[in-house]
Amino acid sequence: MAGIPHDHYEPKSNGEKWLHSRLPIVGLIYDTLMLPTPKNLNWMWIWGIVLTFTLVLQIVTGIVLVMHYVPHVDMAFASVEHIMRNVNGGHMIRYFHQNGASLFFVAVYAHMFRSLYYGSYKAPREVTWIIGMLMYLMMMGTAFMGYVLPWGQMSFHGTAVITGLFGAIPFVGDSVQTWLLGAGAVGQPALNRFFSLHYLLPFVLLGLTIVHIWAFHTTGNNNPTGVEVRRTSKEDAEKDTLPFWPYFVIKDLFALAIILAVFVAVVGFMPNYLGHPDNYIPANALATPSHIVPEWYFLPFYAILRAFTADVWVVQIVQFLSFGIIDAKFFGVLAMFGAIAVMALAPWLDTSTVRSGRYRPMFKWWFWLLVVDFIVLMWVGARPAEFPYDWISLIASAYWFAYFLVILPLLGVIEKPLTPPATIEEDFNAHYAPKAGGATSLVKPAE
Amino acid sequence: MFRIITLTAATALALTAGQAMAAEVETEIHDFAFSFEGPFGSFDQMQLQRGLQVYTEICAACHGLEYVAFRNLHDEGGPSLPEDQVRAYAEFYEVFDQSLFDGEGDFRPATPADKFPQSSLSNAPDLSLMAKARAGFHGPYGTGISQLINGMGGAEYIASLLTGYHDEPECALEGAPMDGYYNVAFAAGGFPESCLDEKGKHMVPGSWIAMAPPLYGDDVEYADGHSTDLEHVAEDVAAFLMWTAEPKMMARKQAGLTGVLFLTVLSVLLYLTNKRLWAPHKHKD
Repeated sequence: MAGIPHDHYEPKSNGEKWLHSRLPIVGLIYDTLMLPTPKNLNWMWIWGIVLTFTLVLQIVTGIVLVMHYVPHVDMAFASVEHIMRNVNGGHMIRYFHQNGASLFFVAVYAHMFRSLYYGSYKAPREVTWIIGMLMYLMMMGTAFMGYVLPWGQMSFHGTAVITGLFGAIPFVGDSVQTWLLGAGAVGQPALNRFFSLHYLLPFVLLGLTIVHIWAFHTTGNNNPTGVEVRRTSKEDAEKDTLPFWPYFVIKDLFALAIILAVFVAVVGFMPNYLGHPDNYIPANALATPSHIVPEWYFLPFYAILRAFTADVWVVQIVQFLSFGIIDAKFFGVLAMFGAIAVMALAPWLDTSTVRSGRYRPMFKWWFWLLVVDFIVLMWVGARPAEFPYDWISLIASAYWFAYFLVILPLLGVIEKPLTPPATIEEDFNAHYAPKAGGATSLVKPAE
Repeated sequence: MFRIITLTAATALALTAGQAMAAEVETEIHDFAFSFEGPFGSFDQMQLQRGLQVYTEICAACHGLEYVAFRNLHDEGGPSLPEDQVRAYAEFYEVFDQSLFDGEGDFRPATPADKFPQSSLSNAPDLSLMAKARAGFHGPYGTGISQLINGMGGAEYIASLLTGYHDEPECALEGAPMDGYYNVAFAAGGFPESCLDEKGKHMVPGSWIAMAPPLYGDDVEYADGHSTDLEHVAEDVAAFLMWTAEPKMMARKQAGLTGVLFLTVLSVLLYLTNKRLWAPHKHKD
């Protein structure tokens, strides 16, 4: 593997040599675990482990749930109640799985905003970023289809709304929606295929996780300075890095234990807080819930979907220019997917030569405004579509696009960045100064 | 006896993103103090037994509990009736058994293995999950903090509904007579046009519910001498329905507490390990 120079696995005993010449699997594990990792990584670099753990948690709990779940419109709801009441430990397994989805999205949003702040998406890590965005899309699909399976009121009517989005595509929309549902309306075919895909996609996600890790193990981790590890020699690299095992494994496990303590408190004490009461009512096509609201992790993009109504002038212009093909509904759908697409394009939209936001005085403000914008969108996504929420969601949506399409490209030109430290070692020693008389006392007090 | 804090759920700004806005209909949901609220709250066994009595004598006439088995009444963390009492209680009910009469089926007295019957009225919803299918007191001041600490409060909704029957407001008397009964906690029912203002907003909380007032106070006689006024009976049956909706609540909270304590200890150990591991590299040795 190319990358940062470091020691590789050397088979010693005859048995090890025998295996290594046939399948270098021990070497692969060794190189993966001993990966030189920038030693100045801060606490925002722990979310990858949290995400990996959550994926495994969801797969393991999910496999057990499937042993008791029945994907049939007449039995799905009752089978979930069977799990909650009669299966040994079933209520805990189900609540772990249900709230595991929320843990997953908490972690992925933290992971993504960390990348956006420290410029982790920038060259040479674009492929890691793009794979990550694909994983995020797949996560959303998986979470949505999982929410359908209990076949409660929100499951049913949420499915109708979300597949209805595809129905907004001009000309082929109705056909696409029918194809997705396997029927003209939400029913048994939809439940069966969503169940099938909900089981499949996490394993695809697992595969993509390996590719994601492979990609950043090739480029090396980014770090809070955005300065690359020195690769001139093994000795230089070792001044900037420490091996992943044990330094980062133990650090990450410590963070994971704290996060899990909070997670277990949520599961144990308030497992339904993040859910919606309506989903404890069996699906009924004839009674629509008064408000169909997606789960919290979809709300920012749901807000963008709803923001572009027919009385917004941008929508009217687009509708006029496209001879009515792109109406308000389709515009909203395009905006929602566009909001994720512009994020995926960030590596090419960000023109700044400095990678880390830590050394970009103007960028910092716009970045934190984006974080606030994201939270506002999440909040307004759960409000009714009426004044003043319609205006708030429109402004917040506009900022989301402006950040990626206007601010990121412009900042690279007009901003005067600070000078990052020359090496990771310099940054690390600025925080953890060597003792007086130490060998490498080239450092001044902290930044 | 109970603290009453009334809320206006409709226009309140919830801090929590996940909670849906209440409908435009304003409702009055009170903040009842149930023993099972909060991380350390537990069911009051006597209250669950009283609630079972109210359910049996009043609610069961129309409503069912299709997900609850009679044997569950014996379970730990629930009403915990002795086994012989569960058996005797089940025999009050008749269930249809397809295996009798050479497959033609017949009714027989229920056993502990059977489930409670389904609702006997088509428009009377099953009550097994009612306490989880509704949200309760969303306060104070619509912040949802109560739900964060006390749970979603479906039992508060049920107790509020049972005590929420009021005389019809004056505006309703101006229009055509309404079907059903005026209830300030019920959002999904009919509403007279004469009670809408010029913008179409509701001028009075609640709506008209089909269910006649099931409780008036002194509807039951408790063996333990507990008060039988309307609020207490409503509280008791609401607590019972919380148990039918979440029968494993005690086990869940216990598991949560054990898990949090275990992970806290683990965090401390990992913190110390991590600190010691990094110390030489951070020049702190």
